[in-house]
Amino acid sequence: MGGRRLYVVEAEGLVKRFAKVVAVDGLSLSIREGEVFGLLGPNGAGKTTTIRLLLGLTHPTEGRLRVCGHDPTREPQAVRRCVGYVGQEIAVDPYLTARENLMVFAGLYHLRGDERRRRIEEVLELVGLAERADDVVRTFSGGMKKRLDIACGLLHRPRLLFLDEPTLGLDVETRRRVWDFVKDLAGQGMTVLLTTHYLEEADRLCDRVAIIDRGKLQAVGRPQELKDGLGGDVLRLRLAEEAPLSAAVEALQRLPCVTTVQPVDGVLTARVQSGESALPQVMDALARAGIGVAAVSWSRPTLDDVFLAHTGRRLEAHGV
Amino acid sequence: MGSDFYVEVGAFLRRWYWRLRREPVSIFAALAQPVLWLFLFGNLFRRAGVAATAGGDYLAFMTAGVVVMTIVNAALAGGIEVMFDREQGLLARLLAAPIRPASVLVGRFLFVVIVTSLQAGVILAMARLMGVRPATGLPGVAGVLAIGVLLGAGVAVLSLSLAFRLRTHGEFFELIAFISLPLLFLSSALVPLEAMPGWMAAVARLNPMTYAIDAVRSLMLRGWATGLLAGVAGVLVLFDAVCLAIGVRTFSRALRD
Repeated sequence: MGGRRLYVVEAEGLVKRFAKVVAVDGLSLSIREGEVFGLLGPNGAGKTTTIRLLLGLTHPTEGRLRVCGHDPTREPQAVRRCVGYVGQEIAVDPYLTARENLMVFAGLYHLRGDERRRRIEEVLELVGLAERADDVVRTFSGGMKKRLDIACGLLHRPRLLFLDEPTLGLDVETRRRVWDFVKDLAGQGMTVLLTTHYLEEADRLCDRVAIIDRGKLQAVGRPQELKDGLGGDVLRLRLAEEAPLSAAVEALQRLPCVTTVQPVDGVLTARVQSGESALPQVMDALARAGIGVAAVSWSRPTLDDVFLAHTGRRLEAHGV
Repeated sequence: MGSDFYVEVGAFLRRWYWRLRREPVSIFAALAQPVLWLFLFGNLFRRAGVAATAGGDYLAFMTAGVVVMTIVNAALAGGIEVMFDREQGLLARLLAAPIRPASVLVGRFLFVVIVTSLQAGVILAMARLMGVRPATGLPGVAGVLAIGVLLGAGVAVLSLSLAFRLRTHGEFFELIAFISLPLLFLSSALVPLEAMPGWMAAVARLNPMTYAIDAVRSLMLRGWATGLLAGVAGVLVLFDAVCLAIGVRTFSRALRD
């Protein structure tokens, strides 16, 4: 290798300001050809707006943007020809058959004649719907609808596929099938940009993850890199009821083995070098301060710990 | 590029056709309802003595009203499907394809105009079976359809605009339910303007339906009144121009950001 990697998406200092909010605030990103890139953040972080900017469906207030070598503001059609877009909602016509839906989308990508027929068979096969192709979509399960939805975005063999919250509202089983499917696509060399607020999804699926919050890029890297970057272990403590949270934070901060302590929703998260050696010291310190502990656990850092370290908040509700 | 646009519009026309084919109940309702109107109103008003004000054959008089009313109602409802697309995120998805955004609207518009013309044709055929012969014969039927298209086009554009101006399809249905009857009564569909109270006749004169009905009625009952037809065509073209101006403003704002 050694040659320069090709960037399919390049964004520099991207800003999107609406009347009352700054949805995207100085975002810079580069997405390489062939990688699965995740935008991870809570609802309202600016993920969907970022995708709309990349597609030229809305225009940046400031910043420079290139998608497949084109400026989405000036050449939206050129961008849309090389990008497949699958939105959050399942956007297929429930009153048409799977094949009819694909025929409509094939028309929108200007596919004609034999080529159109071939591509439709191809994607039906790919998403495993060939046998149900002539059934009305209304009779499909949620997972089948989602697969058809993705198939509609693949008809024109895009270089780049945008998946906006691809597993939102799907059950666990279906979610796993969608993940496998996305991995297959990536294995065939397609570049995938997905947004998600599921940590597991980002962790399992993405080669690289950008953590965004309030429109700002907080961190970017391989999931493992980001987690390793925090170093050590993460200790989670739920205090006994009525125990003073602030006193507990103070007690822990005095310990040399504790790097940081953050209270979120009644759970104390402490970063330590080693959970095993820190735990007795932590319990001892709390006992001496007269603070009861209801539950405790420790693990290697998760992506949520990375999110917490950068934003002071958590993405998912946690027990201990 | 030009031929791409036809492919896009063709894809949408096919979509709506496939949808309609699978809805036999709504096809039946769309065709049966106007016939029911003819039958019920025709007989009711004939007995009630309203017919005397219309002179001659009340059923023939009513046919013009029912044709135009059907066109207006169908065109008025034409935008609802686009509203559903908007609500379900399908519109956003369609606009992410490399299409001219206008093809979404043009496809739906053409479909609505084609279907309403067919509906109008069927009503005329039914009326013929009930004994109504147009005074201008088959060319007159073409004239009726042309007037219908001129009126329906403007209304369909307004309806498509509503799909972007209203927030939910519920609002859309309520608005249609609210305006369709007053539109009918405040027009010359059921009785001629001269038989209306003065203020109602004045309002009805502002209703484009009145002009279309007068033209259709003249073709059905009397013959080729060139002056009247040209005047009505002028009014309807003006109406279409206003609707289109409203539509273009709405669409360009809605599809831009």
